[in-house]
Amino acid sequence: MNFPVLSAITFVPLLISLIVLIIPKSKENLIRWSATILSLIPLALALYVYYVVQADPGTMQFREEYSWIPALDVYYRMGVDGLSAVMLVLTALLSTLCLYYSIYTVKDRVKEYYFLFLLLQVGMTGVFVSLDFVFFYVFWEIGLVPMYLLIGVWGGKRRIYASIKFFLYTLTGSMAMLLAIIAVYLNTGTFDILKAAAAQPFANNLTYAAVAFWAFFIAFAIKVPIFPFHTWLPDAHTEAPTTGSVILAGVLLKLGAYGLIRIVLPMFPEQFAYYSYEVPIIPILAVISIVYGALVCMAQWDLKRLIAYSSVSHMGYVTLGVSAAAASLHAPGADPISAIIALNGASLQLFTHGIITGGLFFLVGMIYDRAHTRQIKDFGGLGVKMPYYYGIMMVTGFASLGLPGLAGFWSELFVFRGTFAVIPTFAMIGIFGLVFTAAYILWKIIQHVFLGEFDQEKWDAATHNAKITDLATFEKVTMWPLVILMVLVGLYPSLITRLLNAVSTVLLNNF
Amino acid sequence: MQIFLFLLPQLVLFLSVMLVFGIDLMGSKEKKWLPYLALTGAVISLGISIYLYGWMDFEEGTVLGGMIAIDSFSIFFQIFASLVAVFITLLSMAYMKVKSPYQGEFYSFILLASFAISLLALSSDLVMIFIAFELLSISSYILTGFFRHDPKSSEAGIKYFLYGSLASAMMLYGMSLLYGATASTNLVEIARGLVGIDPSLNWVVYPAIVLMLVGFGFKTATAPFHQWSPDAYEGAPTPVTAFLAVGSIGAGFAILIRVMITALPEFQMNWAALITGLSIISMSLGNLVAISQKNIKRMLAYSGIAHAGYILIGLVSWESGVLGTVFDGLSGILVYLLVYLAANLGAFAVVTAIEHKTGSNQIEDYAGLIKRSPLLAGTMAVFLLSLIGIPGTGGFIGKLLVFGSALRAEYYFLALVAIINSVVAGFYYLNVIRYMFFQPLDEPTGEEIQVPGSISIVVVLACVFTLLMGILAQPFIHFVQTSLKLVLS
Repeated sequence: MNFPVLSAITFVPLLISLIVLIIPKSKENLIRWSATILSLIPLALALYVYYVVQADPGTMQFREEYSWIPALDVYYRMGVDGLSAVMLVLTALLSTLCLYYSIYTVKDRVKEYYFLFLLLQVGMTGVFVSLDFVFFYVFWEIGLVPMYLLIGVWGGKRRIYASIKFFLYTLTGSMAMLLAIIAVYLNTGTFDILKAAAAQPFANNLTYAAVAFWAFFIAFAIKVPIFPFHTWLPDAHTEAPTTGSVILAGVLLKLGAYGLIRIVLPMFPEQFAYYSYEVPIIPILAVISIVYGALVCMAQWDLKRLIAYSSVSHMGYVTLGVSAAAASLHAPGADPISAIIALNGASLQLFTHGIITGGLFFLVGMIYDRAHTRQIKDFGGLGVKMPYYYGIMMVTGFASLGLPGLAGFWSELFVFRGTFAVIPTFAMIGIFGLVFTAAYILWKIIQHVFLGEFDQEKWDAATHNAKITDLATFEKVTMWPLVILMVLVGLYPSLITRLLNAVSTVLLNNF
Repeated sequence: MQIFLFLLPQLVLFLSVMLVFGIDLMGSKEKKWLPYLALTGAVISLGISIYLYGWMDFEEGTVLGGMIAIDSFSIFFQIFASLVAVFITLLSMAYMKVKSPYQGEFYSFILLASFAISLLALSSDLVMIFIAFELLSISSYILTGFFRHDPKSSEAGIKYFLYGSLASAMMLYGMSLLYGATASTNLVEIARGLVGIDPSLNWVVYPAIVLMLVGFGFKTATAPFHQWSPDAYEGAPTPVTAFLAVGSIGAGFAILIRVMITALPEFQMNWAALITGLSIISMSLGNLVAISQKNIKRMLAYSGIAHAGYILIGLVSWESGVLGTVFDGLSGILVYLLVYLAANLGAFAVVTAIEHKTGSNQIEDYAGLIKRSPLLAGTMAVFLLSLIGIPGTGGFIGKLLVFGSALRAEYYFLALVAIINSVVAGFYYLNVIRYMFFQPLDEPTGEEIQVPGSISIVVVLACVFTLLMGILAQPFIHFVQTSLKLVLS
């Protein structure tokens, strides 16, 4: 038998968390460093998986299948294709960076923090590798509890409200998904995600199919989040500690979108196409998310909240791309290439948004650690005082607004290129989002925070005489891998799209 | 010989009751070792019943003139009753030593009540059921009002007694109607008598079912027969509350299942409709009222009412002949019972430990518990998450099975109500977690809480069980499914 690589990636963080649990509380540095260094193991394994999968990214590899609860027909099923391999790398990378960044920034209850964070990583990784519905659901929910505690214990002022809101929203979605999973099982007789999709549940009963489709869709839409299910996100993001926001934006939101692509699209293509083309509820919601999210950003004066809303807007592209791919099934004359391009854009956006917005939240955390305020109006002229920070923020911000040459450009280009060919109306409205994004990044972030004259008195009054220092070494080390990736994917997107394209092609050809 | 072996766990329990009670009467000296004697009796009984489950082949059937059913369902509840006796005794040791001088009486009543639980679960005749039911009820009344100088405890005892005697009376009336319709008190005979019964007699059977449901609903704390439970839970000594919430409710479901499935399968259409209603009322009322509770024992009482509602879903969606397949309702009930009982026992153990130290049961006094006792806060979080139904804990497996059985039997509305309620429930359980983990300590009273050894055994075991049932569910489900070979006519 081969070495179970995927189990290792998933459960090594659990092992590390248990190690953390054993180390005495007083040895904080030992806890911090051992957790961070050991977390390089799943990262290395994820890179190895990426390397192996890219040879044949369209098929499921590294399959593992063991009986888990025979009485319930539940199996321990794992496997990765190109899409999940990319997400695995993203998850492992951001987790390691967060653990490293926390070495210097988390001072309170270090042991519990590292324990919970690693548990969170188990949940996130598990979702991307599981191929069994119950197994998938288990990981989906397991990540919920540590995130709830991370926000609630280490969060900002309104952390209690934010954490409970986050938990209840997600729980509502999960409960709907649980019923849908059971219904799919009763209809198809298997919890295997691939087999259930192949069996096309409820193909003969449109009402049940629609109900099951919406149950899944809402569960994932809450996580993405798609308007109008997004209201938990600004609160959770704003109140979470820096690393919590990074993981929320970088990985947790991706879980929902991943579910849409991996589960809903192949299992209910007819329903997805119907609600994307004939009754275009989904693209409408996507476009509202994009435009409304961007407009709200323009009105925000809290830097972190602004970036939180920008996630709503950017994840709207993902929804738009997926729904365009689905709509191609019903749209007359839609060419399959465009559908594949749209889906490629959506899945590439998962990766690029992960590194870009993850980076933005790190950057916000860094300025907050210095100034203890996030009000944009308190800043101004920081470009002179923190040139290094300014530089990195510029690259990340430009990547976020889709400047060609940086990672964000490609995913947006693909989404709109694909969508225009299938559902042009929505692409045309959605394109406004790009304009507003450029506006709030240039105007709100670059201009208000960095440009202009630095006013020492205003700074002192706003921050109670905080010292301004440029980025410390650990902050640079945290940001560089992300910046390098932004440029690398910007110049050579095929690094990622090669894997995603194969998956999209297989998915859409199976329609 | 077979009968003797089969009833050995009960005999041991009963013998221990007599021993503890008798020795306590002799001489006036305080006997500190009485709890240990009670514990020994309970452990022996547990050992024998596990032995009976694993290594004995009984000829299934009824004995003692049809009074007692010999089947694996009975043995399942023999194990359950002995477990209850062991854990509640452990839970009481440190707590009762401080609170009451009447050690002998307390432990003998705990054992007697456990004895009544197993007797109730294995009775297969209405007369026997009523006797065991009353034995359990009367011991519970006494235990609830055990602190007779504490007005809350006395009030709880009286209230429980008044409600209980009314419920018993109604149940007895229902039983007599059933006897009138079928001319038998034996469950199997009743089932036979009801096959092809003269339709004019239906209007004797319907009220009989309703009236008997009142009795069972009372014992299982199902709304709208639940009014006793919040007061009794709050006023009773905390280990007794744990007993009511775990043992008494388990026994109630055992007999409910046996009567409905053995005696009344012919009328499933009718009782399933009634129980659907009870289930919906219980879930919704229990969860909604639990939100506003400030006292953790009351909160757990209302949450228990809600869980009774979830459990009933499994009974409603019972279909004969599907046992052993995925999502059959009966396995759902028993698995749910197991996980609920483990989590609830653990939660009450934590409550006992905290009350033992701080004297308070207010949820707001749980603030900062993570700093005062990481063990209690951590395990309590596991128990509460299990009650919510988060994967990784047993609660998830229970919910999966019960919801699955509802969908399988096409009770879509019931499933919908259940999931909405699960989200509502998330709110108040999280509220406790919020206090334990997020609220800072504002007073200097927040010294560390030392947990007595006997209580920490219960807490740790319940936590291990809860997690095991979530992660390695197979042996438990298998255990339940082999235990479900009921004596069917």
